[in-house]
Amino acid sequence: MIQTVEQFDAYVAAEKKIEPKDWMPDGYRKTLIRQISQHAHSEVVGMLPEGNWITRAPSLQRKAILLAKVQDEAGHGLYLYSAAETLGVERSDLVDDLLSGKAKYSSIFNYPVLTWADIGAIGWLVDGAAILNQVPLCRCSYGPYSRSMIRVCKEESFHQRQGYSIMVELMKGNEAQREMAQDALNRWWWPSLMMFGPSDKDSEHSSQNMKWKIKRFTNDELRQRMVDMTVPQAECIGLKMPDKELKWNDETGHHDFGEIDWDEFYNVLAGNGPCNEERLAVRNKAHDDGAWVREAAVAYADKKKKTKG
Amino acid sequence: MSDTKNNWPLWEVFIRSKQGLGHKHVGSLHASDAEMAIGNARDVYTRRQEGVSIWVVPSESISASSPKDSEALFDPANDKVYRHPTFFVLPDEVNHM
Repeated sequence: MIQTVEQFDAYVAAEKKIEPKDWMPDGYRKTLIRQISQHAHSEVVGMLPEGNWITRAPSLQRKAILLAKVQDEAGHGLYLYSAAETLGVERSDLVDDLLSGKAKYSSIFNYPVLTWADIGAIGWLVDGAAILNQVPLCRCSYGPYSRSMIRVCKEESFHQRQGYSIMVELMKGNEAQREMAQDALNRWWWPSLMMFGPSDKDSEHSSQNMKWKIKRFTNDELRQRMVDMTVPQAECIGLKMPDKELKWNDETGHHDFGEIDWDEFYNVLAGNGPCNEERLAVRNKAHDDGAWVREAAVAYADKKKKTKG
Repeated sequence: MSDTKNNWPLWEVFIRSKQGLGHKHVGSLHASDAEMAIGNARDVYTRRQEGVSIWVVPSESISASSPKDSEALFDPANDKVYRHPTFFVLPDEVNHM
C-alpha cells in the first residue's frame, strides 16, 4: 500500500498504475486535474469551429462524416471529464471554470475556420498533432486517464484520415480548389506545431511530469515527429510546406525547420487570439440555452420518483 | 435528485461487448434518471458497436474495498501456492495432467 512520496515514486517508476482510491501526492492530483480537465475542455471547444461547417459540408456524405466526428469530440470530452471526476472534483466546477474563462483549453481552437479546406487541415494537422500527444498518454500512470486515452486514440485516427481525404480531394480538383487547400495548410501549419507547447527549454512542468509518468516525451521531441510525419504526406499530394527553412537533415535523420513565432503562441494563450472571445461566448450561450432542458429533466426525474413512491 | 451544485447524479456504466461475455466497467456519466443514463451511455460508450447490453448503476450505490485493506484482503492468498497446479511436480513420464 502506498503511503509516502517515496513509495509513490517507486511504484510509478516501476510502471505500475495509480487508481482513484490510492494515495497520491497533492501535486500529482492537482496536475492531473488541471491537465485532464483542460484536455476535456479542448475536446468540447473543439466542436465549435467544426460544428459551424456541418450545414455547409459539400456533400451529404461529408456532412454525415463531419457530424460523426463532432459527436466523437463530445464523447472524448465526456470520457475525460469522467476521468477528472475520479480525482475528487465536481463536473459542474470544471464546466464553470471553462465558461468563466478561468480554465484553459487548446489555443488551436482560437483560430478561425475560413473555408471547407480548413476542415481538411484541422482533421489532418490538428487531429494529427493531437494523436502524437495522446498516444503516449495511453501509458499514463493514472489508470482512468490512461483508459480514456486508449478509447480516444482508437477513434482519433478516423478524424485524421477524414481530414487528409478532404485535402486529397481538393488537390485533385481545379486550381481554385488546390489554392484553397494550400491556403488552409499555410494558415494551420504553424499553429499546429504550437500545439505541442513551449520549447523544452521554456517548459515549466516537463521534468516532474516525466518523473510521474504523465508525460513520456518532451514537447520538442513530439513536435519533431509531427514535422517528419507530415512533410511526406504534404509532398505526396502536391502541397508545399509554408516554411522556407524546412529541409531534410541527413546527419540527424530528421527535418530541420524554422523557428516558431512564440510571441503569437503566448499572445493567443493569453486570450488575444482571433476567436478566443467568440468561442467562449458561443459555449456560454449553448450552456444557458440548455438550462431549461436540464431543469426539466430533473423535474421529470423527481416526479417519477414521487409517483413510484 | 440533483445535488447542491446542480450536478445530475453520477452513474457507472458497464457494457457487455458481445453475447457470452460479462459486463465490464467502461466509465461514468451524469444523468437525471436511469433511462437517461442508458441513453447517454449508448451515445457516449457504444458509438462503434462496442456493446450489445448496458448496465447503469448509481455511483453512490457502489461499495468498494479500500486500498488500505488490500493486504488483509488479498495477501493471504500468497502463501497458498498449492492452489496452483504448477506447485505439484509431475514425474517426467507423465506429460499432461
